[in-house]
Amino acid sequence: MRRLLLATVVLAAASLPVWSQTIAITGGKVYPVSGPPITNGTVLIRDGVIVAVGANVNIPASAQRIDATGKIVTPGLINSITTIGLVEIGQVRDTNDAAAKGNNNIAAAFKPWEGLNPASQIFAPTRAEGVTTVIITPRGGLVSGQAAAIDLLNGQRSEVIRRSPVAMIAQIDDAQSAGTNSRGELIAKLRTLFDDVKFYVGHRLDYDRAATRTLSAPAADLEPLIEVVYGRMPIVIDADRVDEIDAALALAREYKLKLIISGGAESWLAADRLAAAHVPVLTGAMNNIPDSFARLNQRQETAAMLRRAGVQVVLVGNTDGDENRFNARNIKYEAGNAVAYGMNYDDALRAITLTPAELFGLSDRVGSLQAGRDANVVVWSGDPFEFSTRAEHVFIHGREFKEPSRQDLLIERYKPKASR
Amino acid sequence: MRSLYRISLVACLVLAFSIQQMPLAQQSKDSGQAKPEASPSPSTPPGPGGISTPNADPFPSTYQTFPRRTTLIRNATILTAAGPTLQNGSVLLRDGKIAAVGTNVNAPADAVVIDGTGKYVTPGIIDVHSHIGDYPAPGVDANSDGNEATNPVTANVWAEHSVWPQDPQFPRALAGGVTTMQILPGSANLIGGRSVVVKVVPARTVQGMKFPGAKYGLKMACGENPKRVYQQRGPSTRMGNVAGYRAAWIQAEAYRRRWDTWNATHKGDPPTRDLGLETLAEVLRGNILVHNHCYRADEMAQMIDIAKEFGYKIRAFHHTVEGYKVAELLKANNIGAAEWADWGGFKMEANDSVKANLAITDAMGARAMIHSDSALGAQRLNQEVAKAMYAGRAAGINVTEDQAIKWLTINPAWALGLDDKIGSIEVGKNADVVLWSGNPFSVYSRAEKVWIDGAMMFDRADKTEKWRTDFELGLVKEDN
Repeated sequence: MRRLLLATVVLAAASLPVWSQTIAITGGKVYPVSGPPITNGTVLIRDGVIVAVGANVNIPASAQRIDATGKIVTPGLINSITTIGLVEIGQVRDTNDAAAKGNNNIAAAFKPWEGLNPASQIFAPTRAEGVTTVIITPRGGLVSGQAAAIDLLNGQRSEVIRRSPVAMIAQIDDAQSAGTNSRGELIAKLRTLFDDVKFYVGHRLDYDRAATRTLSAPAADLEPLIEVVYGRMPIVIDADRVDEIDAALALAREYKLKLIISGGAESWLAADRLAAAHVPVLTGAMNNIPDSFARLNQRQETAAMLRRAGVQVVLVGNTDGDENRFNARNIKYEAGNAVAYGMNYDDALRAITLTPAELFGLSDRVGSLQAGRDANVVVWSGDPFEFSTRAEHVFIHGREFKEPSRQDLLIERYKPKASR
Repeated sequence: MRSLYRISLVACLVLAFSIQQMPLAQQSKDSGQAKPEASPSPSTPPGPGGISTPNADPFPSTYQTFPRRTTLIRNATILTAAGPTLQNGSVLLRDGKIAAVGTNVNAPADAVVIDGTGKYVTPGIIDVHSHIGDYPAPGVDANSDGNEATNPVTANVWAEHSVWPQDPQFPRALAGGVTTMQILPGSANLIGGRSVVVKVVPARTVQGMKFPGAKYGLKMACGENPKRVYQQRGPSTRMGNVAGYRAAWIQAEAYRRRWDTWNATHKGDPPTRDLGLETLAEVLRGNILVHNHCYRADEMAQMIDIAKEFGYKIRAFHHTVEGYKVAELLKANNIGAAEWADWGGFKMEANDSVKANLAITDAMGARAMIHSDSALGAQRLNQEVAKAMYAGRAAGINVTEDQAIKWLTINPAWALGLDDKIGSIEVGKNADVVLWSGNPFSVYSRAEKVWIDGAMMFDRADKTEKWRTDFELGLVKEDN
């Protein structure tokens, strides 16, 4: 028993890496995101946690100081749709763990983080560019599975997982992947599933005795959906065409879902309805190509227009350069482009920090610079959205990460000798 | 743009009629096709379809310049791609050409004068790797025409025969400052077919977009794609790939000799034409430029040896994710390296992608250039170059903006064999020019105006003249 207890304690300690160190980041322009920017601000970190943020912070003599004069300090960025740690190399089957087989295209029981590879080569280069937390999302089917939030630190799986699950992932824009032949059939299938979840809740004992009608999913998939149909766990539904978005809104009303729209190519056409229903949208700012009949009115101003209508917006990658994995680091450029296409700067920064933290239940820990939050902090050489800017210091849980990525090592090996 | 579009329709109709009456030789001349270099021209005019003639031009360009006005852009920062940045510079566009560049250019009386204060001017961007038109938007099977994946060697196909001029991706590339692009067949095949170089202009036909005088390219592909696509019938390995290229070149060499002999003597019946071998023979004669998709360093070295074995030149490797590993080899063989800024990890041969690739390739003396392979990437090649430039600086390589602008313009112009016409802001060059709202290497800058041959083809401020493809009418909202 004692050994068992000891093991538990060790595990608990391991799951929350704490760095016993006091660090003061001074002189920079601090964007807490939860409040207005502070010029010549200080962020004080102790034991992995932010203990003070402001213009007048007492700095202990023992603190390690980082001079951020002329630099910008922000919360670590959050990329909200990724398969980092789930897919290492797209076309290498053995490194693909983002999609479940499921039952009849329903994989609500799927917890992709249980197969997460925390040694992924993508952690380091993503982190080095200021992304400290990502949402890992399952792929495929009608209900893809559950998403989790992970921190991009070096450690075991239990250490990197920040919160799981954070949402259920589903879609309403691809009938074939749902195992159906039309959008109407897809929507009916979702409705049947939600009805069955509610039925299951009231008939668990009958179900166990095999005394119920046939349900559209086994108990393992119905169980995690209970939180969804009672509005306690968000469900992210991929929807592009404006009527798909309206269909998702109707389902959300009918079943009291805590709905988040992702994709949202034509969401600007439903901006008022989304705002009225308080439904947030995960969307990008770099795609204006009518690349499918469901995305005819995709545009780069969508994020800006949604914000103006009062919709909560999270920026995610939406081009074809592997923005959900190898180039998840580019989320800051999505924000920069959003600004170029009309989004307010502070909104764009919020859309890759605090807003996703709020949507996925992380905002008490990350997404802003406030006393009591985990010290996921980035010091930038300049405007974080600009190509010319570098993330000079990246902290996760108060620990600064400087390990070279595999890409850094390749560059060191091959670059001209004069620049070595 | 709508009015311009109408004019181009008329131009196409008129040209279509007149061309039918012209003899073939005349057609070639008028479309500006490059002069044959290595082959004698037959003394008697060939009959239609009866002769394997170097530089025959059966689908001649009908492009005509759009209405234009003498234009002076002044007080701008000009990245010329031909020298140091000009501060407070002016550029004069007249009769489709760049007529003057400098800090002291007087406005002719008839000139439209545009104040470029706080803005930047660059040459039109050139994308050497596009599939726009062949893989149009929306991406539906009915229009998916980029890969003739029915045989590992399809040198007989021509990308232009798949190009849909109503692809909405064309106007969007133009809005990103792209004025010239090479549309290539896909990479399913060892030898995918001929490319086509187009100007990014509205037209009803691909002929109306074709860049007069541009040489054809030949698409070849290394590595994973061909062996994956053909794993059942072969090639299924890299060694199978190489055997496939060599077998094709052996046939092509024999074909070239047969035809060169017949062209010289005109004795007896001509050999039977073979479209695929005809294209490959043109590569061997040096009249078609090879564009070789090749990710891995070791495979590039092998492709260089194959080219030497058969006596052809590789003009540029594309998707050279590992270009930085063999830059000195590319330099020694005068081969361009067309690269992405940061794409990687999507397959094994893309796993060693580094953001400093372009900078290292360039610093080692090879001719580096950006490319998109993506209609979305094409809209922001300036941003891609910005990423690559700053990644180079982060690695300790001092890439200047004057150097980085070449990755977008003059270096891809060279890869297309068009560096005497486009790719830099120099007097006498085609007036393909972009006016940017700010530094093009900033995330916040956008192309404001784009000129092709001196005609303003895009003006962000003028929604009424916006180029909207037929496809978009009534489907895509106007304010988009």
